[in-house]
Amino acid sequence: MSRYTSATDADRTAMLEAIGVSSVDELFADIPAELRLGRDLDLPAGLSEQEVYTLLRDIAARNVSAEEEVSFLGAGMYDHYVPALVESIILRSEFLTPYTPYQPEVSQGSLQVMFEYQTAISELTGLPVSNASVYEGPSAVGAAGYVAKLANRRTRFVASRALHPHARETLETMSHGYGTSVTEVPLRDGATDVEALREAVDEDTAAVFVQQPNFLGAVEDLEAIAPVAKETGALLVVHCDPLPLALLKTPGECGADIAVGEGQSLGNRLDFGGPSFGFFAATEALLRRMPGRISGETVDVDGRRGFVLTLQTREQHIRREKATSNICTAQALNALAGVIYLSWLGRRGIVELAELMIQRTAYARERLAGLEGVRLVHEQPVVREFAVALDAPVERVIDRCFAEGVNPGFPLVHDYPEIENGLLVAITEQRTREDIDRLAGVLGAAVRESRTTPSPLAMASVDGERAD
Amino acid sequence: MSTLSDNRLHADPEIERFEPSARVDRALQTAEQAKRATTIYERSVPGRRAFTPPAAGVPERPLDELLPARLRRAEGPKLPEIAEPEIVRHYVRLSTRNFHLDEGFYPLGSCTMKHNPKLHERVAALPGYARLHPLSDPRRAQGALQLMHELQGALAEIAGLPHVSLQPSAGSHGELLGVLLTRAYHEDRGQHRTKVLTPDTAHGTNPATVTMAGYEVVKVETAPDGGVDIDDLRAKADEDVACLMLTNPNTLGVFDRNISEIASIVHGVGATLYYDGANLNAVVGVSRPGDMGFDIVHFNLHKTFTQPHGGGGPGSGPIAVSDRMEPYLPRPQVVRRDDGSYDLDHDRPKSIGRLRGFQGNFGTFVRSYAYIRSLGAEGLKEMSETAVLNANYLLALLKRRGVAEYLPVAYDRLCMHEFVLSGAPAKRQLGVKTLDIAKRLLDHGVHPPTVYFPLLVDEALLVEPTETETKETLDHFADVVAALLEEAERDPDIARNAPYTTPVRRLDEAGAAKRPVIRQPL
Repeated sequence: MSRYTSATDADRTAMLEAIGVSSVDELFADIPAELRLGRDLDLPAGLSEQEVYTLLRDIAARNVSAEEEVSFLGAGMYDHYVPALVESIILRSEFLTPYTPYQPEVSQGSLQVMFEYQTAISELTGLPVSNASVYEGPSAVGAAGYVAKLANRRTRFVASRALHPHARETLETMSHGYGTSVTEVPLRDGATDVEALREAVDEDTAAVFVQQPNFLGAVEDLEAIAPVAKETGALLVVHCDPLPLALLKTPGECGADIAVGEGQSLGNRLDFGGPSFGFFAATEALLRRMPGRISGETVDVDGRRGFVLTLQTREQHIRREKATSNICTAQALNALAGVIYLSWLGRRGIVELAELMIQRTAYARERLAGLEGVRLVHEQPVVREFAVALDAPVERVIDRCFAEGVNPGFPLVHDYPEIENGLLVAITEQRTREDIDRLAGVLGAAVRESRTTPSPLAMASVDGERAD
Repeated sequence: MSTLSDNRLHADPEIERFEPSARVDRALQTAEQAKRATTIYERSVPGRRAFTPPAAGVPERPLDELLPARLRRAEGPKLPEIAEPEIVRHYVRLSTRNFHLDEGFYPLGSCTMKHNPKLHERVAALPGYARLHPLSDPRRAQGALQLMHELQGALAEIAGLPHVSLQPSAGSHGELLGVLLTRAYHEDRGQHRTKVLTPDTAHGTNPATVTMAGYEVVKVETAPDGGVDIDDLRAKADEDVACLMLTNPNTLGVFDRNISEIASIVHGVGATLYYDGANLNAVVGVSRPGDMGFDIVHFNLHKTFTQPHGGGGPGSGPIAVSDRMEPYLPRPQVVRRDDGSYDLDHDRPKSIGRLRGFQGNFGTFVRSYAYIRSLGAEGLKEMSETAVLNANYLLALLKRRGVAEYLPVAYDRLCMHEFVLSGAPAKRQLGVKTLDIAKRLLDHGVHPPTVYFPLLVDEALLVEPTETETKETLDHFADVVAALLEEAERDPDIARNAPYTTPVRRLDEAGAAKRPVIRQPL
């Protein structure tokens, strides 16, 4: 008997007798003998709870987390402070352990949370309708592509080169299934080249995808992009970062049809990439084409206000092959963390937080740009993140910074080889002026030293780095 | 057989017939019950706040210099203004309006609502995981990559298939990956196939996935014993078929005894065989999809491997595949290098590419890894054996309690980890629909089974008790169902108007869909 089952030998005997068989084995009679495993799984024996804890703790100790270094790593997920009340609420059994609210009479908590969440996402994006979450940012881009394809029956996607590389790649993957293709629009001064976009968009373009702020941190001029993107009837999809939206003109105001994005920065942990949540908002016209769950307000038989899953005829369990998406389980608990976080920030707080980021980011950008051997990749306005180019091999520079306990950011060499030795630097409210000054000192020295000698880490053997 | 339009999985199939009930005297309501639900936005009072920003600590510049006014929004998002104590009260009060697994029995078929060990939340929150950035240099994420690599190994062993990708975010995402791999596999051989076969018992996600992956869905009939109709399969399996998607045991709770023959028919026309792992909880350590002939298997970590369901996610849908499918797996793959270090391998020229950002829902991997290490080989087998024992025991009890007269089992044979009852006789003889039975169960503090699915069974109830329930809980459930039917014999209106004791009663779903209010007007 494992610690998560309760059947004693006496229970088993009584239960088998009630069934009318003499052994548990007989219950599997339908499985032909040659398909039985006939041996134990080749897995380690079970462990006690405390042994599992120790094992997992020791494995965790082999990671260098944001807890142990001063990290300027962003590029899609950010080390924001998560207030204590988020964890306290999402760990409640009432939110943690139910399934999708199929029985609304006993799911009003989850359903109302979805409704409140939809409202918050609608406010952030400036679009009237939001669903209750999708998986995460890049797959939300893929889902938006499917909506566009079903809406206008066209086969081309046009994507800015400053759309997150993971989102571009996901769109490419999905295109194999959708029967669509992806054309990339180049950048000019770190932002989407609007003239090139004009040339790329044609009568068969289903949707145009841009990112706000873009992958290199630049705030895109969405008002200039929108009319060009939509000229032939394509949908404009904006992949956006939710916190900067506190300050930026919203995708809705600028004419976007769909706004999607990565919700991790709203009260969710880094978790090595997930689970977080993706958000998906759109114009009224696309309401009945949205993927995923939507909660709607209604009344019960006694006239009391209540909430239900609504517009379910879009969904896979009803519409089957004609559904707007195959999504079923999404990221409800992470979306709950998101709406608690947004309520905690509040109407003024979210603006104050964004302004704090913009000030510290401006300071960091100026400090780094003043270093010898470091220059800005672009001078577009930025909110939380900016790109620099180094006069030394970026990966060597990063290794030197690691040795000083600083993670200076994300190297751009693989995704943007055209930017020589590019480095993307993110500044959240958790990075103080002292941290930024330290980054400037460490990065400046690392660039100087890396021009001549190889990095200390590159010389150390990988084995020496490992804990075992 | 039910038609598409009159089926709503897990929902009210006759929402059009909303009639306010006169049975409950409004005067009996407490002030608390009568109170209108208030949203967090309605609790907002200008000037209140929970967040205090830290000082900027840097020389501040005018905002206009940093972000020109034409790029800025005129008015910030209208989020609530509310202090911490009231945020906490609001969400704690909301939480009490949910039924949940830690509260009571939740036999929701095909969803595997098993206990979620508390240890898992503790280990997943260790800062080494929780604050690890997904783009960390692999040399500085060795623990995370090791955990993923070992989880891949364990899932491969359980599936009987050697290669695993952890990337998909949920079961349907895993399905999509499986079908896209199938597409890549055939295209790599210069073949352009057009159809995917699914049995008529399939989950709704299967047909939706097939369309998204660019294939046409072709349904295969079910034989009288609940398995795939072999003759129909043979007739439909041709060179245009890319794949057969199958759940085994299937959504009728029945293990398909002809699986080897099915596999040979499918492989005979060069198609792949896909295993929907929604029902894997029945066979872990007993039988392996790979040994049955499947090429691709998806797991639901939130079902079999007890990631908490969270009210609708997060989930996780890793897949395991055979050697011939391996080259097409998504980028990046977690690998172990010759020197024993772990790494992310992006260099996969035949890969279908990425399916999402980063490396998957890592937090779910930590929980499922902890679960597999807790149970070990023996515990995992015991898990499935007990799940099947519990299901068969509950089925036997229901038969014995006379329930079968009104709710007969759809396929009368030994079941696996779940079984399907048909509410058709109850509807005919008592005038009480499956929906009414489900709603009346709520008054007994029991979550109803999955209702109106599978579509194949009229007025279906799909019951999955899972291994973590006690004999007493199963006894109690059988008593409740028997009592409920006796009650309906006396007065069917009681069930027809149920529930009575829940935070709200039956809701006007038709009205909600007709005039959608899906956000708070502010």
